[in-house]
Amino acid sequence: MAGKGMNLTLKIWRQSDANSPGKMVDYKVTDISEHMSFLEMMDVLNEQLVSKGEDPVAFDHDCREGICGMCSMYINGEAHGPDRGVTTCQLHMRMFNDGDTIYIEPWRAAAFPVIKDLVVDRTAFDRIMNAGGFVSVNTSGNTQDANALPIPKADADEAFDAATCIGCGACVATCKNASAMLFVSAKVSQLALLPQGKVEAKERVLNMVDQMDKEGFGNCTVTGACEVECPKGISLTNIARMNQEFLKASITADK
Amino acid sequence: MANTGSSSTSIGRKLIMAASGLFLVIFLLQHFLINFTSVIDEKTFNEISHFMGTNVLIQFVMQPILIAGVIIHFVMGFILEMKNTKARNVKYAMNKPSANSSWMSRNMIYTGAVILGFLGLHFYDFWVPEIDLKYVQGLEGSPTRYFHELQHRFEDPVRVAIYCVSFVLLALHLMHGFGAAFQSVGVTNKRYLTGLQKFGKIFAIVVPLGFIFIALFHHLNQ
Repeated sequence: MAGKGMNLTLKIWRQSDANSPGKMVDYKVTDISEHMSFLEMMDVLNEQLVSKGEDPVAFDHDCREGICGMCSMYINGEAHGPDRGVTTCQLHMRMFNDGDTIYIEPWRAAAFPVIKDLVVDRTAFDRIMNAGGFVSVNTSGNTQDANALPIPKADADEAFDAATCIGCGACVATCKNASAMLFVSAKVSQLALLPQGKVEAKERVLNMVDQMDKEGFGNCTVTGACEVECPKGISLTNIARMNQEFLKASITADK
Repeated sequence: MANTGSSSTSIGRKLIMAASGLFLVIFLLQHFLINFTSVIDEKTFNEISHFMGTNVLIQFVMQPILIAGVIIHFVMGFILEMKNTKARNVKYAMNKPSANSSWMSRNMIYTGAVILGFLGLHFYDFWVPEIDLKYVQGLEGSPTRYFHELQHRFEDPVRVAIYCVSFVLLALHLMHGFGAAFQSVGVTNKRYLTGLQKFGKIFAIVVPLGFIFIALFHHLNQ
């Protein structure tokens, strides 16, 4: 493929640390194969920068197979780029054309401050999970057989769909209000739909929404952008379910 | 203890926005139906208007509730907008929102602000003179004055144009708001939600178009 690849101009957000101002910087990459993933193209750029003695572009990545939720780039105005149902690591360079200019920015949200270049601090999501995104189970060794509790297939499927959320934050990055409701609603739904999750359902939704608000995420205005850009296709229905759960819990709350 | 469903929580604010919006949709429908009688029969329109303008329950219970509904909806709208702007303190250098969301859904604050401005004009045109006549001057007024007042207001082509443009923006506002409200109040049944959203789109076109028709009808039939 040598000599037949794409030549691209990259406009990348560079920021040396959380407290320094950042700016968009132009780079050129040449001979990029259409079969490369977007992150491999970034690797090529970083090799160039390292060989020139420059600071490579910092970006999050881990599994590179669309399941860990680490990669997080806002590419040409869209979270995870122009393709649908993929994370940045699953985005192929065949989605671009020779001579293209590609904008690459970090997720932008007050609750996701930039750490360096394209890396943002997403621990706000962890704190929301800590607030209630779990079931308290007995781990003493006498765990019940999973099949002991009959669960309707439709509920199991919906719970599984919600559980496919990888917590990448594309919903927040995409939402014009930087709202985290798709993420939180997926985490609320995956447990609210199952009998194991119903015991703590009330505290869960109240505490998770409370933490979400404390983190400074915006309010959902049902634009639906999050659902479109979500690499796992998490449905907006989860937000409606969370609202239901929240209303029920609020009305029947003890305090 | 976490906050519960009050206006201090994000979902509480969503629910207030949705509930007040749906209340205003119901009001809009009755307003449209009453106004529409003006193109069919002058006498019927005058009779209904006189009833609405003199009934104690409507004047002193429903009217304050309606005004409260309008105030809650727009005040909450501006509060939400301010909070949402704060939630993204640094803008993207390159953003492509049209790839994933409708223009209507992203510009509710602007269409809403125009509707609010229009409401000011509308109150100045019809509501303020009525309040002045009945409750400031303490006069009864002719029970057949309503139709002529309506026709008189639609003489001016500039005013008619302002009304028509405002109704177009109302249509755009409803096009998103109607369906979104049901999503906000927690409708998860896909069949119902899809049906309600389709009905909302039809409502959003038919009702404002009907108001435009009424304004043009009276302008052209002076």
